[in-house]
Amino acid sequence: MARVGGAALKTAGLALVLAVACALPFAMSGFRVFQFTQVLIYAIAILGLNMLTGFNGQISLGHGAFYGIGAYTTAIMIDKWNIGYGWTIPVAAAVCLVVGFLFGRPALRLEGLYLALATFALALAVPQILKYFEHWTGGSQGIVLSKPKAPWGLPLNEDQWLYFVTLGVLIVLFILASNLLSGRTGRAIKAIRDNHIAAEAMGVNSALYKSVVFGVSAAYTGVAGALSGIAIAFVAPDTFDVFLSFTLLTGVVIGGLATISGAIFGALFVQFVPNWAQDISKAAPWAIFGIFLIVFMYVMPHGIAGFLRLLWIRMTRSAVMRGKAEGEVQ
Amino acid sequence: MDIFIQQVVSGLATGGIYASLALALVMIYQATDVVNFAQGSMAMFSTYLCWSLLQAGLPYWVAFVATLVIAFAGGILIERVVIRPVENAPILSIVIVTIGLLVILVSVAGWIYSYIQKPFPSPFPNKPIKIGNIVFGAHDLGAIGITLVVLLLLFLFFRYTTLGLAMRAAAQNPTSSRLCGIRVGWMLALGWGLAATFGAVAGMIVAPVVFLDPNMMGGIQIYAFAAATVGGFTSPLGAVVGGFLVGVTENLVGTYVSFIGTELKMTVALAMIIIVLLVKPSGLFGRSFVRRV
Repeated sequence: MARVGGAALKTAGLALVLAVACALPFAMSGFRVFQFTQVLIYAIAILGLNMLTGFNGQISLGHGAFYGIGAYTTAIMIDKWNIGYGWTIPVAAAVCLVVGFLFGRPALRLEGLYLALATFALALAVPQILKYFEHWTGGSQGIVLSKPKAPWGLPLNEDQWLYFVTLGVLIVLFILASNLLSGRTGRAIKAIRDNHIAAEAMGVNSALYKSVVFGVSAAYTGVAGALSGIAIAFVAPDTFDVFLSFTLLTGVVIGGLATISGAIFGALFVQFVPNWAQDISKAAPWAIFGIFLIVFMYVMPHGIAGFLRLLWIRMTRSAVMRGKAEGEVQ
Repeated sequence: MDIFIQQVVSGLATGGIYASLALALVMIYQATDVVNFAQGSMAMFSTYLCWSLLQAGLPYWVAFVATLVIAFAGGILIERVVIRPVENAPILSIVIVTIGLLVILVSVAGWIYSYIQKPFPSPFPNKPIKIGNIVFGAHDLGAIGITLVVLLLLFLFFRYTTLGLAMRAAAQNPTSSRLCGIRVGWMLALGWGLAATFGAVAGMIVAPVVFLDPNMMGGIQIYAFAAATVGGFTSPLGAVVGGFLVGVTENLVGTYVSFIGTELKMTVALAMIIIVLLVKPSGLFGRSFVRRV
């Protein structure tokens, strides 16, 4: 009985969140809508990183690089070849999938810390590489785009339209991720994280899984980058520096390692906390990020999502226990 | 040929800086199996402290030594307070904690000292030294000298003192060392203190060249990673040789391979790290371990 109630409650909760998410852009000013679009974009990128780091146990300190590659793929396609906005997003995903897979291939041989080192170096190298190919990327000046208008005469302004496009992409990607990470594939991915030798002994092709997860994770982050390029209507190499990678990592940790819903909490955190902190000092956001990173590792290693799950289990369990106790009395 | 020798010497000078920082990384790695991503920002912070001491009017070498002492104490404090709670946690947790430390140090330095670049004095004369036809920067030669002195002191400490022996024992076999009465926890903390000291040396030598700025160690840390990877994370000697090798390679590639120049420096470091990890993951001097399942 309690189980059915739990599932129904979960569906109701999801429906409520979705309804609020759809109503949001009509209740707020343009700038707020833009900020929430950014939250959705971060959530996609954070989910991508979490697949790799949280679920598969491969530490990446360089996902900002894939975010940048996605953004530049979109920007160059629109700027140089005048291709429709919608088409650039799957291309950005495909480019990042391939780059991620190719980077993940040699990374197979790098365990834990070495992968962290290599990806850290990647994060530092990418802005320089972007500046170097000036002919394509516009060098340090970056590329300026224009925001797309809502098609088919929809009564939405540019910010609202982008918000709904991003929300649509997010829903599709979250459903795909939740399917990928549950069942047989998901178990294999987590088994590699927990003990890759045992996983291999059980017949899991660890090398293939790891590089595919790397590719998919990079593709998610690339899609987020592409959407952010369109939403901000500007890309520049220095916005994709190593601190972007740290931002995504902070989102993963705060939201909850190895949780899907955590991506939303993490994205809300990395989007809004710096805004408030900026009032204290220009340096404050990163001091706060750093303190949260360390404190969460000590006291809440599974982040906000993990904490809520624990709370939920405690509550339902105590309810079940009380029910049992009453039954015994009767 | 003259240009070649000049470039090699200036490569050795930057190599010395990479070597000091790589040595700091290797010391911590050997003792605790942790790569300290905050090593560079700890060095940056120490250098800012030295700048404050100099502003207060202390002579250079007094400030230099005082900074080393403060960095040593700071390193121990960080190990005790920040790292100890996650000592036995998975690698991911420790990496995240050191990243947290990195961003805190960078932002606090920016908060206190602002993000504007500051000049930092060199203890060596400004005029170049001429040997034959070749001109050497005095700071370059001084940097090489300081690095070598530090390395010699470190070698003597680990080779000939009881404390050094205890530290090596604690790193190699914590359980047996504990049975011998070595306080392993404190040995690890000492290791962090020493590593912070080397970082401070590297920071103070490099600051006159790159100017003082909260992000000044970012690129240098990547090169130190490359140095430690080339030499092998398990070998202090390797870290030193790796540091000099990487420094010289960086300079020669920058001079002679025209399409790289200074614009793709990070990519060179990235390529070095990946190539070494693929070809010989244990590095030139490292040992590889067989793990029991």
